[in-house]
Amino acid sequence: MTSAMQTLKVLSERRDQVQQKGSSSDAVACDRKSAAGSVSQRACVFCGSRVVLYPIADALHVVHGPVGCAAYTWDIRGALSSGPELHRNSFSTDLRERDIVFGGEKKLEGTLLALIEAQKPNAVFVYSTCIVGVIGDDIDAVCRRVAKMTGLPVLPVHSEGFRGTKKDGYRAACDALFSLITLDHSKAAEGHIRPAVNLLGEFNIAGETWMIRSYYEEMGVDVIACMTGDGRVDDIRRARQAKLNLVQCSGSMTPLAKRLESEFAIPFRRVSYFGLEDTAAALYATADFFQDPKIREKTEALVRREVSRVTPELRAIRSEVRGKRAAVYVGGAFKAMSLIKALAMIGIETVVVGSQTGNRDDYRVLKELTADGAVIVDDSNPIELSSLVQAMKVDLFIGGVKERPIAYKLGVGFCDHNHERKTALAGFEGMLNFAKEVRNSVLSPVWELRRRPFPGS
Amino acid sequence: MTEQHPSILRTVHAMDAAGGAQAQGIVQAQGQAEGQGQGHAKGQAHAKAEGQAATTYAHNTCRLCAPLGAALVFRGLRGGMPYLHGSQGCATYIRRYLISHFREPVDVASSSFSEDTTIFGGRANFRQGLENIEAQYAPELVGVATTCLSETIGEDVGALVREAQRARGDGVSGCPALVHVSTPSYAANHADGFHASVRAVVAQVTRKDGTRSTKTPDATINVLPGLLSPEDLRALRRLVAAYGLRPVMLPDYADTLDGGTWDEYQEIPRGGTGLEDIRDMAHAVGTIELGRTLGTEDGETAGRFLLREHSVPLFQLGTPIGLSETDALVGCLANFGRKDVAQEAVLRSTRARLLDAYIDGHKIASRARVVVVAEDDLAVGLVSFLEEIGAHVVLCASGGRPGRLARALERLGREGVKSMKIMSDTDYARVDEACDALEPDLLMGASKAYGTARRLGVPLVRVGFPIHDRFGGQRVLHVGYEGALALYDRFVNALLESRQSRPKLGYSYM
Repeated sequence: MTSAMQTLKVLSERRDQVQQKGSSSDAVACDRKSAAGSVSQRACVFCGSRVVLYPIADALHVVHGPVGCAAYTWDIRGALSSGPELHRNSFSTDLRERDIVFGGEKKLEGTLLALIEAQKPNAVFVYSTCIVGVIGDDIDAVCRRVAKMTGLPVLPVHSEGFRGTKKDGYRAACDALFSLITLDHSKAAEGHIRPAVNLLGEFNIAGETWMIRSYYEEMGVDVIACMTGDGRVDDIRRARQAKLNLVQCSGSMTPLAKRLESEFAIPFRRVSYFGLEDTAAALYATADFFQDPKIREKTEALVRREVSRVTPELRAIRSEVRGKRAAVYVGGAFKAMSLIKALAMIGIETVVVGSQTGNRDDYRVLKELTADGAVIVDDSNPIELSSLVQAMKVDLFIGGVKERPIAYKLGVGFCDHNHERKTALAGFEGMLNFAKEVRNSVLSPVWELRRRPFPGS
Repeated sequence: MTEQHPSILRTVHAMDAAGGAQAQGIVQAQGQAEGQGQGHAKGQAHAKAEGQAATTYAHNTCRLCAPLGAALVFRGLRGGMPYLHGSQGCATYIRRYLISHFREPVDVASSSFSEDTTIFGGRANFRQGLENIEAQYAPELVGVATTCLSETIGEDVGALVREAQRARGDGVSGCPALVHVSTPSYAANHADGFHASVRAVVAQVTRKDGTRSTKTPDATINVLPGLLSPEDLRALRRLVAAYGLRPVMLPDYADTLDGGTWDEYQEIPRGGTGLEDIRDMAHAVGTIELGRTLGTEDGETAGRFLLREHSVPLFQLGTPIGLSETDALVGCLANFGRKDVAQEAVLRSTRARLLDAYIDGHKIASRARVVVVAEDDLAVGLVSFLEEIGAHVVLCASGGRPGRLARALERLGREGVKSMKIMSDTDYARVDEACDALEPDLLMGASKAYGTARRLGVPLVRVGFPIHDRFGGQRVLHVGYEGALALYDRFVNALLESRQSRPKLGYSYM
């Protein structure tokens, strides 16, 4: 096992961000800026903000900067909406050379006014990019002015790419959401009598929010706002009516949950809807919170029904794929934890696990969840990941679009668990979809064909 | 007419170093083009604050950013590693965009600016990044491209590169060669970044002392293909080879961005234009530079540099899409190369089959109303193809600099261009709006045009970049007689399918 680490190519300054379980009692180093030239899989602060707020479907998302930042975030996620689809557009102030010289405030103001008139949004998010941070546009002032003129919430998102990491972008997005939630005191003060929750960090990829909402509805728990899957401005503004915040993508939304707890005494629970085990735990945690036997009863019935519905097929898949070895590299570490458990359920051991944004606690848990010899990695890159895939003899990689070619080039199965995906992987049904996707990939005949020699050689 | 777009025109004047006569030409071209438009309300809204600062925003832009073009070029050099000087996000977004199209590993390094870097300058990050790239990738060449951020804070990347070269040697004793290019996205799009990078590579790598490293065969010809697919690059290579010429194609990402399976992980995918070949481009028998919008207005092209600096004869031709533009290329090659009777026979028969197909399908293609949205050079090639098969291009749109597309289309000298609506430096919202009045039968463009096609209920024939909602974008063949055949089949079949699915009785024979 130690040989895996010996052959691994790791930059010297990243040595303590890669660790093989059993080889050290130190914590995995994390929460660092990516090393220059390391080819990190991370994006930037702007990316962090953009992914969190993106699914709010009736808001205008205006990227203040040169056109690239907006171009790369145009309709790239599988976040669905049941109504308006304003979020699937890409709006940019499209700063040009003269704006860089003379400033972009006027252009921003003109753009916002024109777009508000044309698109009739319910709120506006204005994202600042690297350039804006340098040329010194006061986007707060512009947002205030436009809000006053139009009567709409116009929220600045301070997401200059260089100001930290993707995580700082999450924080900036949380700040903007918090502003939206606290904008209107009278509206939020109205009580909501029935048990109610907010979903935080759930993005309705392939309709997952709808599945999760249906569970809570069946349990007799109302969902006030989902932040931000199938998100609506007015729902978010009523978020303080909820009694509990359920935080799924904890890396992105914990700052908001903590703030809502400290300022409005709304407690939160970290949950996950990936895998049967974690989905059931999330629903039970909610039922337990409300301490209502009726809710508990309904939850039990729901979990029992759903688990028994998917179990036979899961068992069949398990018998086909058990013994395979997986590498998991995703954005958030909390998702990685769920994936380890979900993979274990179908008999697959996770031998490499890592994330772009995990913290100390996350990596401690990941270490606990894996077996001795597994490699845990923070803020990895293609060179490390490809050498880990080879050294750890992985059969399956779970990641996003940037990791996919690494797996395929090395002849390894792949499951996309990122926000571009079009398959629902959350909830009970999602677990079945996940297992099917894993099976269809690792058991494909193409891996065998790959080894066939050229005829005549 | 010109008052409608005061801001756009101002931008042109600011960016175009050319004299007044040329600017006048832009105004005319714009005026003519926009004159065809009806109910262009969005355009007016975009420029409503007349006489004030520019208020043109982009709603679903037709452009991508300049460093993407640079990354593409540097990925097409043997042992080449793209290195973006700026925030981490630029590199990662570009990687993801390229990967979703090519479905290959595309590693792009970043100097990962932090707040400190932005304030105090990127020198330390630049050096650290370079060291890390060498440690991880052992590249033969590192292509440094700037980003909006490093340009805005006024980084002198040329000086950083020269400093590194002095300190560590350049392309000798294991140190990679360094090339740098300026690619701020507020001044240029991905196609501009692409061409600027080709120019930078040629200008900075070709030998200045007039010597040859190896004995370059006399029949070596430089081919500057422009932003095409890996399949196109392979086709061009075959075509040039058919005339007994050895192509040095720059860039050449045919293998690096569309390779086979690997036994061992390749840090930098094998393939690409070799450094020695680039050094010897100065001694080629000629340069073929493809792309009709590559004029002198955006600064010197790589081909013109080779002509001026090394007296390499230059042949600037259109992107060879369709019969006419391919004929021009083949004619050029025939003048140059040795005629190989067997090879030419193959070309002749392909050309004959193309003509035969054009005739077989002419009634389906004839007068079909087509909207083209693509990069300037590709758009001109597609228009040439569509016009020669009798289709009617009702709108040709691009995210390129104002006026450039219109001028290139005019030079094409086709009758249909006169009645064609031409939009430059535009976005899909404006294209959408124009389409409402134009009622096209079909769209040709990248995946980003899908929204428009879906809304209109017409087919989209996917061409160019990015194709990331379909499979095989890297293998779409656009160029040569074979490319024309492939495009023609797809074009005609898309029209047929659209007609077939409309009436209640879907026929199965025609």
